[in-house]
Amino acid sequence: MNPKTHTHPTSSYDLPPLEGDVLQISDLYFSYPDGHPALDGINLTLKAGEKAALVGPNGAGKSTLMLHLNGILRGKGGLTVAGIPLNEKNLPLIRAAVGLVFQNPDDQLFSPTVFEDVAFGPLHMGLPEDEIRQRVDAALENVRMSAYRERLSHHLSVGEKKRIAIATVLAMNPRLLVLDEPSAGLDPRARRTLIHLLRDLNLTMLVSSHDLAMVRELFPRMIIVDEGRIVADGPTAELLENQPLLEAHGLEKP
Amino acid sequence: MHADAFDRYYHAESPLHRLDPRVKVVLTVAFILSNALLPDGAWAAFGLAWLLILAANHFSRLGLDFSFRRSFIALPFALAALSAIFMPGGKPLAEWTLGPIQLIPTEAGLLRFASIMLRSWLSVQAGILLIAVTQFPDMIHAFEHLRVPALLTTIVAFLYRYLFVLTDEVMRLMRAREARSAALPGLKSGGTVFWRARITGNMAGQLFLRSYERSDRIYNAMLARGYRGQLRTLRAHVLTRRDWLILGLALFLLLFLQLLARL
Amino acid sequence: MLFSPVPLHIPDGFLTLAISLIFWGLTVVAVGMAISKTNKTLGEKQVPLMGIMAAFIFAAQMLNFPVAGGTSGHFLGGALAAIVLGPWAAILVMTAVVGLQGLLFQDGGLLVMGANIFNMGVLTAMIGFGLYRSVLNANKITRLAVAGAGAWLSTMAAALLTSLQLWLSGTSSLQIVIPAMLGVHAIIGLGEAIITVAALAFILQARPDLLDSQAVAEKGGRGWIYAGVLISILAVLLSPFASANPDGLERIAEDVGFLERGLAAPYQILPDYTIPFLGETALSTVVAGIVGALVVLGMIVLLGSLLKKKEA
Repeated sequence: MNPKTHTHPTSSYDLPPLEGDVLQISDLYFSYPDGHPALDGINLTLKAGEKAALVGPNGAGKSTLMLHLNGILRGKGGLTVAGIPLNEKNLPLIRAAVGLVFQNPDDQLFSPTVFEDVAFGPLHMGLPEDEIRQRVDAALENVRMSAYRERLSHHLSVGEKKRIAIATVLAMNPRLLVLDEPSAGLDPRARRTLIHLLRDLNLTMLVSSHDLAMVRELFPRMIIVDEGRIVADGPTAELLENQPLLEAHGLEKP
Repeated sequence: MHADAFDRYYHAESPLHRLDPRVKVVLTVAFILSNALLPDGAWAAFGLAWLLILAANHFSRLGLDFSFRRSFIALPFALAALSAIFMPGGKPLAEWTLGPIQLIPTEAGLLRFASIMLRSWLSVQAGILLIAVTQFPDMIHAFEHLRVPALLTTIVAFLYRYLFVLTDEVMRLMRAREARSAALPGLKSGGTVFWRARITGNMAGQLFLRSYERSDRIYNAMLARGYRGQLRTLRAHVLTRRDWLILGLALFLLLFLQLLARL
Repeated sequence: MLFSPVPLHIPDGFLTLAISLIFWGLTVVAVGMAISKTNKTLGEKQVPLMGIMAAFIFAAQMLNFPVAGGTSGHFLGGALAAIVLGPWAAILVMTAVVGLQGLLFQDGGLLVMGANIFNMGVLTAMIGFGLYRSVLNANKITRLAVAGAGAWLSTMAAALLTSLQLWLSGTSSLQIVIPAMLGVHAIIGLGEAIITVAALAFILQARPDLLDSQAVAEKGGRGWIYAGVLISILAVLLSPFASANPDGLERIAEDVGFLERGLAAPYQILPDYTIPFLGETALSTVVAGIVGALVVLGMIVLLGSLLKKKEA
């Protein structure tokens, strides 16, 4: 049932086989330590293979929600990823199941070479050397950056760094790929490359973006978030025709 | 992390807030100096010093317990001072045997320990109050007026300005590392301590280079605004008669304290 | 102890006035020299550079990595700063960091700040830079190894000097504080060494121009080598010699119980500010003498390097 197809044979080092939905969030509430409420009762389900986009104005809670998906933030309510319930004990497993790519690639690339950065995840997981090499090569191929294996991440452009950041997460064979503003700050060419890359990746995906043109192209399901709540959740094509809805939440039809 | 995570200033309309920052700095240092000069066991003087702190709290309009609530003592050093209790010399108070170890607390030792703790506790509160009633830029100006070299004060000003930016970056780096710190069932994860330390070193190196290159951009921005190596500050502080009066009064009180302790 | 859990920031009240003033004096001299030297070498770029670097050091001290059982390792950064920025700039940077920590967060006192700056800024610069400077033309492995050794030694030396300051102030018993401090910092120092080496390796790979031998040599003369090596040797010799229990160096922070080992020698605590003696052991005189010599010698060598540069 695992829809993910990478260009390497299925690894014997993996999470338990997936049954049911990839993501299940029920009644998630979260307030920051200073009292500022960020998530006000989120209910969300993602089936295996779905590609959905979170859209909404800044401060709506999109990033906050994403940080809950791999346990960096912990709110009140239920969260299950790939059948693994989120709790203190399961955090390391959750992090293997959810690949979170942050908005700023500089935050994610902290090793000298590209290879080492992509290898960090598998290394931490304790995988054997051959497996690690295989995964790194496969991940780099999936983001079309195999030639950059020995390059220094410090010297890459923003677009290149973003792709490497995605590779660092792909190398862990996650069940769910979560991306925060993937196309932000990219020039048209880099953006186009990113779109092709995401289109060809066969993974359950949840993306947050202001780039509604990209959303329309790649993500059949759109979830509008505003003030910590989900205000709409449906087919992208349909929602993009609903002018009043878009306007009410600071969105513009592309 | 919020942008004001490093802000220790608490605003209020109070005589202490209005006091010239130089006077505040001088008085804080004088108070700490006074504590250092008070002999061990001068309880009356310590008590009076504490009254001075309470008075300062009162005049800051921030609450009588303001500095008290924040006056935790750094534990490792409290432990270091603890050994003072058992230093020989003076009347022994008890004899405790813990296995092969013999502990003999002495009166002089106990006196010493208590005095150290008191001095520390009082001085920390003075520091807390100082920074609570003085805005940081004013603090910088105060030090410049007090003849601290401009280069140093400007570095501290820059440090303060970029504190949040860089610490936020560190938090995000660590968060990103956490996100990829995963484990699979049945496999031992985490690598060796050595490896983890090395990764941390990589992060430090990464951060260093980014900071270094950022400073180039800041320098260019400064050049674009006419910077030529000299830093000018705008706000001039003028010492009023009231400032002098308070300074004089407070110093007199501290002197009185010293005399009291030696009676 | 909010952001920098390396436990070296002495609070007010723990050092006597005499010790505080002595180290203020030394620090003022070192900082004064640093200001004049950086004016010459860095020029007007120095302000934004050193300001940002100070913020970097502060932020880097927040970096951690899990060690064992809930404890985590941290990083002081004095040695790294000295190697990449040069000793004089590093002294200013660490002064700013320690100053801010003391002033804003009460992490370290105000009257004792001179001692804190000297321990964490001047001493670390001397050892960190001094040792690295001596192997500038060696191969990469050697340079990194020496940098690591310098980082470890600078942590140990800072811990040693802090202990001596506490002891000379009558705050702590030498036979307790030395093994405790040195034991804890022997391990913390390892973290410091690894992080310093890894950071340096990273920088050498990405921006080798920053650590170009010529550039580094210009930042500090040979005098630093002598100062750094001398103090390292003293620290290494002094530590086991002064420790009542040389095997006590494997203690980890949580296990430190400060338990008395039964002081054999009589120990007088005097209410005025004279140096207490450890009785009939020769230890006391030697240690006191070396402390003074160490500090004075270091200053003489620094002055020597300053004079040498003037000649050249």
